[in-house]
Amino acid sequence: MNKIHVTTTVNGDPVEYLCEPQETLLDVLRNQLRLTGAKEGCGTGDCGACSVTLNGRLVCSCLVLAAEAGGQEVATVEGIADGDNLHILQKKILEHAALQCGVCTPGILVAAKALLEKHPDPTEVEARYWLAGNLCRCTGYDKIITAVMDAAAEMRGA
Amino acid sequence: MALDTEKREFKIIGTRPLRPDGIDKVTGRALYGADMVAPGMLEGKILRSPHAHARIVSIDASAALALQGVKAVVTASDFSEAKGELMQNILENCMAQDKALYHGHAVAAVAATSETIAKQALKLIKVDYEVLPHVTEIEDAVKPDAPVLRPDRRAKGAPEGTPANITNLSNFGHGDLEAGFAKADLIIERSFRTESTHQGYIEPHACLASMGPDGKADLWCCTQGHYAVRDMCASFLGMSLSQLRVTASEIGGGFGGKTVVFIEPVALALSRKAGKPVKMAMTREEVFKASGPTPSSLADIKIGMTKGGKITAAHAKLRFQGGAFPSGTIDLGAMCAFAAYDLEAVRAEGFNVMTNRPREAAYRAPGAPIGVYPVEALIDELCIELGLDPLDVRLLNAADKGTKSSYGPTFEAIGLKATLEAAKAHRHYNTPLGPNQGRGVSCGFWFNFGGSTSVSMSVNDDGTVAVTEGNPDIGGSRASVGMMAAEELGIPYENIRTIVADTNSIGFNDPTHGSRVTFSVGLATIEAARDAIKKMCTRVAKIWDIDPDAVMWEDGHARPAGENAGNYEPMSLAEIAAIASKTGGPIAGHYEVNADSAGVSFGVHLADIEVDPETGFSTVLRYTVFQDAGKAIHPAYVEGQMQGGAAQGIGWAMNEEYIYGKDGLLQNAGFLDYRIPVASDLPPIEAVILEIPNPGHPYGVRGVGETAIVPPLAAVSNAVSRAIGKRMRALPMSPPKILKVIKG
Amino acid sequence: MQYAAPKSVQDAVELLAGEAGVAHVLAGGTDVLVQMKMGMVEPDLLVDIKHITRLKDITAEAGGFRIGAAVSGAELGEHAGVGTLWPGVVEAVELIGSTQVQGRATMAGNLCNASPAGDSVPAMAAAGAVARIAGPDGTRDCLVADIPTAPGRTSLGNGEFITSIFLPARPENASDAYLRFIPRTEMDIAVASAAVSLEFDTEGKCSAATVILGAVGPTILNVNADCLLGTTLDDAALEALAAACSATAIPIDDKRGTAEFRKDVVGVLAKRAAKIAQTRAGVTS
Repeated sequence: MNKIHVTTTVNGDPVEYLCEPQETLLDVLRNQLRLTGAKEGCGTGDCGACSVTLNGRLVCSCLVLAAEAGGQEVATVEGIADGDNLHILQKKILEHAALQCGVCTPGILVAAKALLEKHPDPTEVEARYWLAGNLCRCTGYDKIITAVMDAAAEMRGA
Repeated sequence: MALDTEKREFKIIGTRPLRPDGIDKVTGRALYGADMVAPGMLEGKILRSPHAHARIVSIDASAALALQGVKAVVTASDFSEAKGELMQNILENCMAQDKALYHGHAVAAVAATSETIAKQALKLIKVDYEVLPHVTEIEDAVKPDAPVLRPDRRAKGAPEGTPANITNLSNFGHGDLEAGFAKADLIIERSFRTESTHQGYIEPHACLASMGPDGKADLWCCTQGHYAVRDMCASFLGMSLSQLRVTASEIGGGFGGKTVVFIEPVALALSRKAGKPVKMAMTREEVFKASGPTPSSLADIKIGMTKGGKITAAHAKLRFQGGAFPSGTIDLGAMCAFAAYDLEAVRAEGFNVMTNRPREAAYRAPGAPIGVYPVEALIDELCIELGLDPLDVRLLNAADKGTKSSYGPTFEAIGLKATLEAAKAHRHYNTPLGPNQGRGVSCGFWFNFGGSTSVSMSVNDDGTVAVTEGNPDIGGSRASVGMMAAEELGIPYENIRTIVADTNSIGFNDPTHGSRVTFSVGLATIEAARDAIKKMCTRVAKIWDIDPDAVMWEDGHARPAGENAGNYEPMSLAEIAAIASKTGGPIAGHYEVNADSAGVSFGVHLADIEVDPETGFSTVLRYTVFQDAGKAIHPAYVEGQMQGGAAQGIGWAMNEEYIYGKDGLLQNAGFLDYRIPVASDLPPIEAVILEIPNPGHPYGVRGVGETAIVPPLAAVSNAVSRAIGKRMRALPMSPPKILKVIKG
Repeated sequence: MQYAAPKSVQDAVELLAGEAGVAHVLAGGTDVLVQMKMGMVEPDLLVDIKHITRLKDITAEAGGFRIGAAVSGAELGEHAGVGTLWPGVVEAVELIGSTQVQGRATMAGNLCNASPAGDSVPAMAAAGAVARIAGPDGTRDCLVADIPTAPGRTSLGNGEFITSIFLPARPENASDAYLRFIPRTEMDIAVASAAVSLEFDTEGKCSAATVILGAVGPTILNVNADCLLGTTLDDAALEALAAACSATAIPIDDKRGTAEFRKDVVGVLAKRAAKIAQTRAGVTS
């Protein structure tokens, strides 16, 4: 085995790990760092359940090699709440009953947060297209979109 | 069972509190099937057949076992003989015996110290296959010269000459069809086709199994029913039920697909052989290839109607393909096909046929969508031919209380007419359409199920209550169960914590299926609360030294009733609990039942669709669901079921399908080409809840989970057909198919 | 497998050329990592080019833009200049995959994947884009249209990789557009696609037209669009274009669509893309 030593930052904390060259960031987050919020729904970038941000950019962690994360800033669902204080998006997802099984929810939250950071005032259609890479099979997306739009309005102070 | 709805003002039922497992699920803390680990854990992987149909001549795992890090290899010989045909079929689906029956059928499994090594080991297992002719389509599987999967599985009692792959025969109905058709002004007979779909849960099957040398085992897995998992695995491994404890993880969607086992017995067998915990998780490709899709179907439907829209006779011939094993889903399809209508002459008959495809599993109202779709599509065609309003025709023929249903029983109070009337009065139905747009209507029906259920609750010293139930929470049932407990006990919802216990902690529970949880677990929770209340009243009666019958429970307090009223200060649940040890010990309530009073459920959907006449691309512009919930305990989660079911049905109608090549291999085992709706595909889905109480539940609850997937197939098909002015009679209506019909 | 993240083009070339086994370039990784997951490729070496100076840059050059091979779709979309000059190219790149995939996928990677259905390739070809290639024998330029040679195959030699793609300047009264057909609204591979780049004279008549089709042949296909020349894209001209596209297309039946459907729809897409390009060029018909 020829493991690679990686120094990186996850949710603001310095992290070091050894990874195999073909291991993905998702593998390392889940299996080594035990950050199991990101889920493997497909492993091929088609479902978005493993969404994280890399230097603020929304990506599927199943399509990033763990070795690539060296020196970068990784953010996962585990870092969205500020201690015990939920992020507005988390509150709105709960208030609007916008999750049923909840397995897509971590990815939805990471993706929606990235959306609102870039577009604080999205239209509903923009929100739907931004989240098109996050499959949800339970909700029909209705309540998710309602929650995201409501969170956007509240974050804008509307 | 008394229905309390009429006399009762609810405080908590009908509100929308936050779900108790919510924080865990928005912070990433909730643990799903693949999230559990154990010290010394191995990774398990399955070797799958590359052929659609092949005899397994031999399996040589010696090279794999010689690889450093490989701890165990199992094949069919590592399992016990299962009891009964159904269990044998499930076991054989988990691990091929003498034949691989479909592309992706498991033939061997390996456990190793890492996933990388396990994958390497799979490549070292040598399987000598004798490839056999295969069959994947219904039309081909019933031909006289079709490859036969298992001659001994042909339907018992089938007439001479029945093709050998036919496994299940169905026949439901009543009345004189010939006389009925003779009364019709218009009779239309059409053929329809649907393809296999998949539940498409986002979480692949995953489990962690650990068996000790003493034969005791623990299994952690994502499932809709851990008791069922226990029973199946124990059978396949030759264990007694008490020695296998199964704990359900959080579950990332199931929709029926996680009511049966696939990898769980394999992980246990590997753990037994390796002497270490074994974790297994399917890849998405494995989920598509080797879990349980729905049947595909062919249908011939004949309906006679008067000029005024009255159905005089209706006949359905259904043919389902349920994969490589017998399947009873054809019964459900045939029973549901005409259930929405009050008919004098009706018959629905059909059969299931075996093919070289994975064994079908339940998917939300199994059989109903493909049984109802061709009927509702043909009714729409009759409406157009006769110039009648599709909702009026359905209202004219709608089943009601007292109707002898097309599948036998007579309906009690049902909400179909109210649902149709709500749709007719809704602004959606009265909004004009633009060019290239069509509006589709469809009814849908599902039986709903009750089943075996156990609930216990303990009253803690501080006045809070722990509710213990045994049904995995797929869509907010901890909330609805907690609400019913709080309502009945008269304490705040926040004072309840509901947990889903393992198989050794409370009595048996049927899986989270059949739309049964809010109904059955709710019923058992209410009764368990009443049991606890009775005990609390008895304790208070002892303190007050009056007859227990003279103590009543109201608003979370024991109060003196009758002639004692006002003589004693009421005692709250917390006050009673605080001194429980002095009045006789801990206070708990429990209830065990096989609930048989689930009320059937009807829904009506409206779909507006625009079709691009040059490409066949369709856009769902507007969608509204009307459904009878009996009583909506947590309306937001009821709406969620209605919206989610509709979205799945829309996907079924528009783009989802299993695609097999001529080689019998599955071509689209991934979310890229198995196209479930994405957020931008759908409009907002409006959900209109009707509440026609189920007399069989204390609060009037009907199951709501499944009905909503039934109407979309025809609602969407009817909308597309009206938009293009031609009839679509095959699903999915992918753009190439629509454009072909447009171009005639 | 080995992973390497060289800092210079020279180092990358040496790594790629020196690997005896299978070497792959890793830019966005949205194709190669999927192919690895599915067991379709098993590289011995992945060369991550994102740490090479200037490969993540977009720079103005000769009235056009040079886009580094490691620039992601999202980064390209955020660049105001490129989108103004070649809106069709940018919209094509932005159609690749989800928002998540956009955060990683690159135009050069889309080109080198050599799928006939790659969204950015017809648009780049219609724009006359030129790939700059580094290799053991130095640097060379090659028309984007000449890179893919068959499904999954390119004209790149051993040790060669694309370092940047150059989108040239364009005249006044010109623009481009790209449309694809997919069964859903997002997340699908193109079933058919058309890129159109048009120039107009001062009277609003089409003076130059390039039409490139995707997903209807083993590689992108160049359509003779002379029927548009001298017209204001009236209905007859557009119908002639659609017919030319359908005639040029040599599609197959597969799980994503039938050949018949692809032939029909690719003409519709070209017609519609031409109208969009015309509007973008500021020409009214």
